[in-house]
Amino acid sequence: MTASELTRRNLLKSAALGAAAATLDLGAISRALAAKDLTVGVVYVGARDDFGWNQAHAVAIKSLKGVPGVKVVEEENVPETDAVSKSMESMINLDGAGLILATSFGYYKPFVLDLARKYPDVEFRHAAPLWNKATDPKNAGSYFGYLNQAHYVDGVAAGLCTKTNKIGFVAAKPIASVLSNINSVLLGARSVNPKATVRVIFTGDWSMPVREAESANALVDAGCDVITCHVDGPKVVIETAEKRGVMSCGHNASQAPLAPKGFITGAEYKWITIYKGYADDLAEGKPLPNFLAGGYEADYVQNTPFGAAATEPAKKAALAAIAGLKAKKPIYVGPLKDNKTGKVVIDKTYDNLDPYLDKMDYLLEGVIGSTT
Amino acid sequence: MSNAPLATGAPRELVGPLATPAAGSDFAARLRANSEYVVIPLLALLIATALFGIFLLAIGKSPVDFIAYVWRGGFGTAFSLQNTLQRSAPLILTALAVAIPARIGLIMIGGEGALVLGGFASAVVAIPMLGHVPPMPTLILMAIVGMLVGGFWVGIAGFLRYARGVNETISSLLLTYIGIAIMNFFVEGALRDLSDPNKPSTKPLGKAYMVGTIPGTEVHWGIVFGAALCVGLYILMTRTTFGFAARVTGGNFRAALAQGLPVGRLIVACSAIAGACAGLAGFFEVAAIQGRANASLAAGYGFTGILVSFLARHNPLAIPPVAILFGGLVASGGLIQRRMGLPDATVLVLQGLIFVVLLTSETLYGRFSIFKPSGERDRA
Amino acid sequence: MNEPAILTVLIAMLGGAIRVSTPFMFVSLGECLTEKSGRVNLGLEGTLVLGAMVAYAASYHTGNPWLGVLAAGIAGSALGAMHGSICGLPRVNDVAVGIAMMLFGVGVAFFFGKPYIQPEAPRLASIPLGFWSGSASLKSALQVNPLFFIGIALAIVMAWALRNTRSGLVVRTVGDSAAAARAMGISVNLVRLMTTTVGGFAAGVGGAFLSLSYPGSWNQGLSSGQGLMAVALVIFARWDPLRCIAAALLFGAAGAIGPSLQAIGVTQGYYFFNAAPYILTLGIMIATSSAKHSARDMPGELSIAK
Repeated sequence: MTASELTRRNLLKSAALGAAAATLDLGAISRALAAKDLTVGVVYVGARDDFGWNQAHAVAIKSLKGVPGVKVVEEENVPETDAVSKSMESMINLDGAGLILATSFGYYKPFVLDLARKYPDVEFRHAAPLWNKATDPKNAGSYFGYLNQAHYVDGVAAGLCTKTNKIGFVAAKPIASVLSNINSVLLGARSVNPKATVRVIFTGDWSMPVREAESANALVDAGCDVITCHVDGPKVVIETAEKRGVMSCGHNASQAPLAPKGFITGAEYKWITIYKGYADDLAEGKPLPNFLAGGYEADYVQNTPFGAAATEPAKKAALAAIAGLKAKKPIYVGPLKDNKTGKVVIDKTYDNLDPYLDKMDYLLEGVIGSTT
Repeated sequence: MSNAPLATGAPRELVGPLATPAAGSDFAARLRANSEYVVIPLLALLIATALFGIFLLAIGKSPVDFIAYVWRGGFGTAFSLQNTLQRSAPLILTALAVAIPARIGLIMIGGEGALVLGGFASAVVAIPMLGHVPPMPTLILMAIVGMLVGGFWVGIAGFLRYARGVNETISSLLLTYIGIAIMNFFVEGALRDLSDPNKPSTKPLGKAYMVGTIPGTEVHWGIVFGAALCVGLYILMTRTTFGFAARVTGGNFRAALAQGLPVGRLIVACSAIAGACAGLAGFFEVAAIQGRANASLAAGYGFTGILVSFLARHNPLAIPPVAILFGGLVASGGLIQRRMGLPDATVLVLQGLIFVVLLTSETLYGRFSIFKPSGERDRA
Repeated sequence: MNEPAILTVLIAMLGGAIRVSTPFMFVSLGECLTEKSGRVNLGLEGTLVLGAMVAYAASYHTGNPWLGVLAAGIAGSALGAMHGSICGLPRVNDVAVGIAMMLFGVGVAFFFGKPYIQPEAPRLASIPLGFWSGSASLKSALQVNPLFFIGIALAIVMAWALRNTRSGLVVRTVGDSAAAARAMGISVNLVRLMTTTVGGFAAGVGGAFLSLSYPGSWNQGLSSGQGLMAVALVIFARWDPLRCIAAALLFGAAGAIGPSLQAIGVTQGYYFFNAAPYILTLGIMIATSSAKHSARDMPGELSIAK
């Protein structure tokens, strides 16, 4: 797609086409499913309308609900304790669920694994790249979108929009996927602006509105003019950035409406690709794939349509980056050092889906911040 | 402020059944007096349920459906019942963490912090032993360490109350937040196990080193230990000198001082026992459920335990049934969410309502002559 | 920016002191009044959250954030009245009722608040007091909400009224010795009911600040024990409304330390900086209490004193 095509109007048009195409598929699915109804159980760790992680899933699940023959039962605010075991089991026993979608990191070990062994006829899929072919049961599986690719695109756009060369990142906890997002923003920004830096503040937990607001303010005070984040509900961060009059990039879901002046673009999941794939497979009686992980090349992630603060050069560069990622262009090209000890942590070029990157526990040189 | 002493229930035991004269109708009189403790709470529970039912009707949902789902999700099937028992286990222990200090007149709500630090400590102490020391001694040591650390943490609050007059409710709460921060700091930093980069935790124990389930069920042993501890602590508080001294202190601090009771030691001891119970709950969370220590330890059991203890009127024997009732409520929450389309906050509202109504019902004690023995009734 | 790092942190702490302290101010002033009359209301955490939700919802429906503040105050006083009337019954323990009201208030807030997480409600405007400064961060730190000034005014009025008016004397007598108050013919329960209700109103307004000004959003994680911290503040402010303000400012500044240190590059140990408010409160409580002196300023009838 060229720059002129990715305008909002065109996006809407292609969405409509997509929906039409989907309805054609729906027809086929409904005929196939008429014989066997499928109940899908979904477990969320937070509220479905948090403008973030859970909402991204909920929005995709909503389209599943429209498929005839598919019934969806959902439970939200389920903590990562044995409560989730019981919730899943209740969905299996009392609601007859045949597919369980567990949408939070901490659900997998040991809860999903134990339950998968106990109920071999039920399919379990978990939203993190943890399924291990050698040790884990065949009815369990993982699916994941490499959001860091979309964050890389954010970084590219931010790198050309920033005037102070300081990008601020409000992060929850220093886990691999968060660190990869931070590093990808840096690498994306540096690919178009070698003077760009990223400043990160860790709030310590996934949802702490007051601390997130303080962190956003502190980053702006320190000179950042683009703010982005990885927290469960980015609403507060984006709104605070807008109030301060700086630019922002979103995360998880589209926060564009919250920042009419300062929004550049955002990193969003496209869970619908995966969920529809599961629905299709189940309808045709095919076994569900155990491990689905990908980024732009598999259409599992997307970027929010550009907002008012995105300049023309930024848009062009971002779209070029997206095209590159779709063609599997690698982000992590070594040698790259970490920011604490200076030791080389990325020694060569890594494919974007390489498992080595899943173990990331460092911040690259160029990021100002510490993991503890 | 209320005219009642700090911890309701403490002095009553002193003038209750132990003090009635021996007579032919003694048993009947005692039964009559004690039934007050069962009837009034049940009445309160009924009123709370009725009020909640009205609330449901007002938002267009059926109270009958609600009760049916609570029954089904909490107690109605073998699966539900085990679900309930599993959820009650930590509640029993964290409730004890509130009940014991209540007997000595302190309101301590630091169970959550003691649970988290106790669980964390037991996970950490296991790390060097995995693979070298057999499971049973490892688990025993883990439990002891969990209890020691938990006991120490709440003991601080008790010490501060005695030595410096610092209000224990607030200090125990502050210590909870600080304790969680300490755990997070270590779990995400120095003691982080690198095999799972996305969920910072300590090193996993592995199935061999975990507490198993009671044979024939899916409930882990925590509930047995919890119930046993309730019995043990009941005996401690009602049948030993220590317990008697503690209750005297709870009833009238100045009198206890005047009597020469070692008030400071009693306060710290009760606080430490409380913390040890919560620490044990943390141990079970780690050893029976999670298999390692991480942020999921702070799941709110400590706070729900406060409720359970107040509803059981801080009586260790009443804690298990109340904990099971609460466990059932929470267990049915999922079903209610899915079938009635109600948000998960519904169970919170019900819990709060039950709590409020039950505390209000405190005022009914001693008002109904039907509970008084015949002699008193004529006089009153 | 181009300022030395230490100045950045200080400015951030100033901003934090102003921003984050406002809800603390209102809750602790409300609790101060309640405790002066001899009652403890731990349920203010629930009142804070309910106030936040009601304010956001009311502002959304009416389009006027100040109506939201008013609605929050009314909701808060309803909860306060509930607490006050229940505790007025004999044999009821007010600390326990407070914990129950906390749960109830939070539960009701989350229950009814679900539909309001998404929509955008009109927010309270702030007064840009920093217009004279060239530094963007100082300008932002000095964006002060009118409620901040209302809070300070409230504290001054309360301090003056407690000392110099008849109502103030009545409240203090009820709090120091219920027997003496009854001897004077005062209805102890009525006075306490009124102070608890007014306290609830103040806490509701504090909650409105959270959702309509800073952070200016409604969702389920909004308060992290701030209501309870405010009750702690009252104790180490020794039940003096003006010291409550100072304590609230201190607390707000402490809350800003963690993020601002990370922003200038002091990034190790952020968990402890984030726990700074709690550690600070505990430290000050230990330092200012003592077995003998804690009773000096405390209203004699307070259950937590006995």
